[in-house]
Amino acid sequence: MRRWLLVLLLIPCLVSAEEAKPLAENPQAEARLKTLALELRCLVCQNQTLADSTAPLAEDLRREVREMIAKNMSDQEIRDFLVQRYGDFVLYRPPLKATTTFLWLGPFLLLVVGGVTLALALRRRAKTVPDPTLSAEDHQAVAQMLSEGIKRS
Amino acid sequence: MKRFLLPLAIFVVVVGFLGIGLTLNPREVPSPLVGKPAPEFALPQLHDPQQMLSLQDLRGKVWLLNFWASWCGGCKEEHPVLMQLAKNGEVPIYGMDYKDRRDEGVAWLRRWGNPYSVIAVDESGRVGINYGVYGVPETYVIDKAGVIRYKQIGPLDESILDKKIMPLVRELQQQ
Repeated sequence: MRRWLLVLLLIPCLVSAEEAKPLAENPQAEARLKTLALELRCLVCQNQTLADSTAPLAEDLRREVREMIAKNMSDQEIRDFLVQRYGDFVLYRPPLKATTTFLWLGPFLLLVVGGVTLALALRRRAKTVPDPTLSAEDHQAVAQMLSEGIKRS
Repeated sequence: MKRFLLPLAIFVVVVGFLGIGLTLNPREVPSPLVGKPAPEFALPQLHDPQQMLSLQDLRGKVWLLNFWASWCGGCKEEHPVLMQLAKNGEVPIYGMDYKDRRDEGVAWLRRWGNPYSVIAVDESGRVGINYGVYGVPETYVIDKAGVIRYKQIGPLDESILDKKIMPLVRELQQQ
């Protein structure tokens, strides 16, 4: 009798074991969401990523991204979805296009300008400092001074 | 003296850029949707959930789409402007109750007045996402062909209405 009662007690455990779900429904999808969201800007609190932000819109957008991942859309398709609606501003890495050329090429431009300025400045300085050509007499004079110096000390 | 000229010029240019930067509002992100067809929607109405409002219902007229919510402070701020606009009746205003509770939305309008022709309810905020909404209130000017012509982010005021929205609406109504 007792044994049967124990067996009966175990039945609900079996049922609940079947129903229990892992903490994140799909850890792979969550990982993809995280890497994507780290590259996307939250538009409400503009200096936070979509991954960090707790703004309601960020939660909604994460939900959208999760659904798109479930639909097997590629990362590029998901990014395009957001860019179509919110513009390039949602991307933390702006794309290279006509309006962003200066942004992308600016640093290199500055490097070239700096390099040329440096080269010019060095050249100009080379001209103003005369080449010290020493004659045999100069050498003798120096040698004499040095030897006298040694004596004096 | 001459050697200070170049650094001074650079300084002036940098200050110029920074000065312009100060006058810009970083919250105003230009919408890529301006000039594009307004995203489709079909949502239940606020006052009668059995009835739907869809983009198709509004073909052939110039109208304003105003995203608002009872929880939104800026919406209260722009509300008198909308009431005034609704009173002169030049352009119909359609409301989109964004991520709001139906009873609170209804109560808010009962308390402050209803400037909208019809209000749809975007409870999940999905239509808002399709329209690129990120901070209510936001207002769209949509033309007869259903193309978005202008987007206002944040509360409307009389000067924006007089200088930008109404001239555009009149022009679009002529077409």
